[in-house]
Amino acid sequence: MSDLSPLDTPLSDWINQSDLPLASTEPSPARGVSPRLRIDLPDPTVGPLLKTQAVYKSYRKSSLEIPVLKGIDLEVRLGEFMAIVGQSGCGKSTLLHLLGTLDAPDQGEIYFESNRIDNLPNAGRELLRNKYFGMIFQFYHLLPELTTLENVLVPMMIAEDGIGYWRRRSEHRRRAIELLDLVGLAHRQKHKPRELSGGEMQRTAIARALMAQPRVLLADEPTGNLDKVTGEEIIAILRRLNKEQKLTIVMVTHDAQIAAQADRTVALVEGRVQDDAVR
Amino acid sequence: MYKYLLGWRYLRTRYIALASIISVMLGVATMIVVNAVMTGFTREMQDRIHGILSDVVFEARSLDGRPNAKARMAEINEIAGEYIMGMTPTVHLPAMLGFTVNGQYIPKQVNLIGIDEKTYASVSNFGKYLQHPENREKLNFKLKESGYDVIDSQASGSSQVKPRLQMKNAGWKWRRHNARNAWPKLVVPEDQLKANPFYNPETAEVGSDFDPATEQHPGCVAGIGLFDYLGEDGSKLFLTLPGDDVDLTYPSSGRPVRMLSAKFTVTDFYESKMREYDSGFVFVPLRTLQELRGMIDPTTGEAYFNTIRIRLKPEVDLEMVRDKLRAAFPPHLYVINTWRDKQGALLAAVQMETSVLNVLLFLIIAVAGFGILAIFFMIVVEKTRDIGVLKSLGASSRGVMAIFLGYGLSLGLMGAGVGVLIGLLFVRYIDQLADGLGRLTGQPVFDPSIYFFHSIPTVVEAVTVVSIVLGAILIAVLASILPARRAARLHPVEALRYE
Repeated sequence: MSDLSPLDTPLSDWINQSDLPLASTEPSPARGVSPRLRIDLPDPTVGPLLKTQAVYKSYRKSSLEIPVLKGIDLEVRLGEFMAIVGQSGCGKSTLLHLLGTLDAPDQGEIYFESNRIDNLPNAGRELLRNKYFGMIFQFYHLLPELTTLENVLVPMMIAEDGIGYWRRRSEHRRRAIELLDLVGLAHRQKHKPRELSGGEMQRTAIARALMAQPRVLLADEPTGNLDKVTGEEIIAILRRLNKEQKLTIVMVTHDAQIAAQADRTVALVEGRVQDDAVR
Repeated sequence: MYKYLLGWRYLRTRYIALASIISVMLGVATMIVVNAVMTGFTREMQDRIHGILSDVVFEARSLDGRPNAKARMAEINEIAGEYIMGMTPTVHLPAMLGFTVNGQYIPKQVNLIGIDEKTYASVSNFGKYLQHPENREKLNFKLKESGYDVIDSQASGSSQVKPRLQMKNAGWKWRRHNARNAWPKLVVPEDQLKANPFYNPETAEVGSDFDPATEQHPGCVAGIGLFDYLGEDGSKLFLTLPGDDVDLTYPSSGRPVRMLSAKFTVTDFYESKMREYDSGFVFVPLRTLQELRGMIDPTTGEAYFNTIRIRLKPEVDLEMVRDKLRAAFPPHLYVINTWRDKQGALLAAVQMETSVLNVLLFLIIAVAGFGILAIFFMIVVEKTRDIGVLKSLGASSRGVMAIFLGYGLSLGLMGAGVGVLIGLLFVRYIDQLADGLGRLTGQPVFDPSIYFFHSIPTVVEAVTVVSIVLGAILIAVLASILPARRAARLHPVEALRYE
């Protein structure tokens, strides 16, 4: 891996550089399932980065079944800033979780760079979440025991074993500090989350999400818990990442004003895509 | 990597979990102290029993004994000579000891043992329990001028020991003093005595010209418990001192068995601190006893023995030697036992007590395990969202489980480590702690006049400490398995939504 921050290079370069351990993992013949990523990755500039095909998801509360997603077909193209909007309970967060492999659909298929990911075994999903997807949440979800810098480093700590991490710790630290600098928090490295404001916590979360050089940033109501001005600051950062680094962003929001800043807005109503508008 | 960092941060920030290991710590410390004291006590007791009994006892069934100890010893040597360090023949008899105190005659039932002063030291540590330094060095049955221990020689450096002031006068000094103050005896010349028509040589006092101020009867070493009692201040007082005469009544050899009686002069006390032995044994010279009992064949001059005591080389398997000897000698003539066989019940009782205590104390640590379990469940619930975050960042279920297992392991290690430290310090300073506690409560915790020993005997065995530590760590890890599994199985979306 080069010392250049991937944020300084075009996204397509990262993708070509990225070592893809997932891709090289042999399918496990013993279990008879091999829904892992194939070795020959197709050219990511062709076709969508993420794609859902007739995705259904419902939640069960005792005997009652509540359908949330009722056949979603969606394509996220490389380099776009997409907003998924809709009222509370329309299933937009659920959709984001499915895209991020945090959950699996009841029916339908999800593809990442033409590889089916919804039925991957746990190890594959963990690797995707760790290396290919960055996630930020409404409530920031920083680990309270760790400092800002350590929070940003967590994805690398998860990715590498103790010795590997220790060997490359200075490299990781340098990158984490660069990312904190990018979100304007270089001076708060040693602070614990409880000593930060909401906006600062969300910026830390963005830096953490970018740490492992993801292909796509999945943002679940990133401004939902912030005041208007701070929310706009966060959106500005996302906007800048999308423009300057060509980072693909999928953002879920219920705020039409925030959504208006995205390239494309997908409206969900009662678990279905109602409107798909490109600006 | 995150496992170590988070585990470490949880350790540093969750004091409630530290509270849960206090019970692990106390359990470990208590187990170490109890085991050290029990082992110390057992060892000390074994040493003392062993000191009297020697390793293997080869016993003739008949009280009359068997002839030719030398030939038997040669046979034993042939069978198991390579394992044997020393052997000595003895005569072992039930007997009665009598002595007079202030005109009252006090009889006591004893085991009378005739020992060979030259070879007995090669089979037992008998000598080190005697009260005169010269006897401890090399036993003989001659009364010493003085110099008997006033301070118990086995109480090394303990300030609690009260001096035995009476012993200052013991020895010839005491004997002369008694002889001077005794009523002068009317000495009748022997020929006049024999002219008396009522003269009966069996009841007549033989050697009535015996001068107690300058002569002694055959010497005997008596258990200290036969004569001692506690004074008001807790110091040891004696009914009879070295220098006094006692009567020993014992069965004769041959048939019909008659009771014979002879006077002996107490030349030393024997103090193993095992009450059972100290108040039950009297040792006399073997040859004297054989002569008095008629155990010497008048035609051949051959002496009879009834036991041979055998000391084995260190680390030799007692049972193996015993079984070899048992196979070689006719069982209807000889009984062959190890000292453990003879004290089996006592040793087994102590062993059982130790085991039961260990089980009970280990339960304390097990209870501590439930504390860890409860606290860990609480922590897992508290950390549910963080677990969701870790999973959303790609942490595996095994990784999440490892955080909590590692956390449990570290708590176990800390608890056991501190417990070992406290336990060992406690053992190291146990006497001082007992003294301090005694002063604080006004009740002596460990009263040397009641127990066998002057200081609390302790032996710390590495194997015991290691097994206690491993047990404690195992319990801590086992207790964290359930909460860790729960954490690992959390669904990331549900965990993230957890309020």
